Amino acid sequence: MSGLLQFSQVWVEYGDKVVLEKVDLSVQQGAFVSVVGPSGAGKSTFLRLVLGQEAPTRGAITLDGKPLRAEPGPDRGVVFQRYSVFPHLNALDNVVFGLDCAGSPFSGRLSGARRAAACDVAAAMLARVGLAHALDVYPAQLSGGMQQRLAIAQALIMKPRILLLDEPFGALDPGVRLDMHGLITDLWLEHGLTILMVTHDIKEAFKLGTRVLAFDKRRHDPQAPNRYGSTVVYDFPLDEKTRAAIPAALTAMAEPQSEAI
Amino acid sequence: MRRLLNIRPPWGVRLLLGALPLAAVVLVYLGAASVQHSLNPNEKFLPTFSAMVDQARIMALQVDPQTGAIPLWQDTAASLIRLGAGLAIATVTALVLGLVIGVLPLMRATIGPLVAAVAVVPPIAILPILFITFGLGETAKIALIVLGVTPFMVRDLAGHVLAIPEEQIVKAQTLGGSTWQIALRVALPQAMPRLLESLRLSLGPAWVFLISSEAIASDVGLGYRVFLVRRYLAMDIILPYVAWIALLAVIFDLVLISLNRRLYPWAHTARTR
Repeated sequence: MSGLLQFSQVWVEYGDKVVLEKVDLSVQQGAFVSVVGPSGAGKSTFLRLVLGQEAPTRGAITLDGKPLRAEPGPDRGVVFQRYSVFPHLNALDNVVFGLDCAGSPFSGRLSGARRAAACDVAAAMLARVGLAHALDVYPAQLSGGMQQRLAIAQALIMKPRILLLDEPFGALDPGVRLDMHGLITDLWLEHGLTILMVTHDIKEAFKLGTRVLAFDKRRHDPQAPNRYGSTVVYDFPLDEKTRAAIPAALTAMAEPQSEAI
Repeated sequence: MRRLLNIRPPWGVRLLLGALPLAAVVLVYLGAASVQHSLNPNEKFLPTFSAMVDQARIMALQVDPQTGAIPLWQDTAASLIRLGAGLAIATVTALVLGLVIGVLPLMRATIGPLVAAVAVVPPIAILPILFITFGLGETAKIALIVLGVTPFMVRDLAGHVLAIPEEQIVKAQTLGGSTWQIALRVALPQAMPRLLESLRLSLGPAWVFLISSEAIASDVGLGYRVFLVRRYLAMDIILPYVAWIALLAVIFDLVLISLNRRLYPWAHTARTR
């Protein structure tokens, strides 16, 4: 059975440096996949591959059975840790942006009744993420958590096949982070999203994910540290029971809490 | 004792502190002028204020029988038309080239080196070429301003567009934006406040190029007048003219600052993080 997103024998090399080697992966529709691993283990490269910011050196990636275009597109939504909203647009216009692009190839901005309809859709989305009161506020005036809520609303308006989260909550206060966990879980269930989340926070990975992928190097040559690349070394499918048990176990195991595997 | 760098003067004190050096300069000048005039009643290098006011009145209020126009206003109009035309052409060029170079790697590779090459040529050095090519009329003077400030503005704007976080450009693409839509709705609006700022910073050099070209070959203009009366050591005309040019420059500066704040409020709100 083939998944929504399929990696087969994917390698990424920069000259002599092997970053990812032999990645085989199948992500099912509706999964919430957390990606963890130490710094430099290719998590970001993995995300850049899915986004289309770069192409694999060898191997194939397919989305919905079709080869993935090596260019970002509206079938893949993204929320970065920072800078993923437009500073010159207010919250409403930030969310309408995607509808503007789809509906108005030349001016890049809808007008009249179509614009009003798009604004209604966007306002409803903003209300859903808790920004109903901030439609005409510019991102710089929003707190970090609010900006991430905005970025999520902005991405969801396009109904992406897969939503990529790149350490989305890494810069937030613990309390705010907790609220965001609730929000993203609710949205995932409501919209039947498929989510791929890169995180440094292993508790977060187990708490939110239905599956946790750990990237690391299987082999290491001290004489040639770039010779071998990272791949998926652990792949935990989680059911409700393990999801509930693991964070508690981790907390008991690792005090003070470690940031990465 | 608080550190010196932590002492911030309140508004009124700041105004007073700022006025002090200006007042000191004026006082020193007045003292020197009165000493010189007591020694030599025909002193020309340090004219008294009353002499300058008299000359300014003549230049600003009396019709010159030879030209049938009032010199100060005629000069001001001529100079501002040249300055305005030059800066308008430079600004539009900078906007188009800056966006294209900043957004498209292909164009960056194609015209980036050309802009860099033009930028290192000292504009005054090609003034003779401009006079030979365009004649001694308005075109050469406007062209000097354009050539003088455009490369800086293009590179400044392109650099600013390039500095838009990669995340934003990727996000725009995941929202379905085409190259054109991203240039129009992501790069252009974010370039505008910087363009106004770079125009403001280019005003100084633009005045230099304007006055240089007017000094060399012109029959009207602020720079022309200053260099004309230099032949008669007419400091009592030169100084009011310089003060007038300075006043115009300050006004343009303030207008551009307030325009920028009013048109692009989002670019001037303090970042929360």
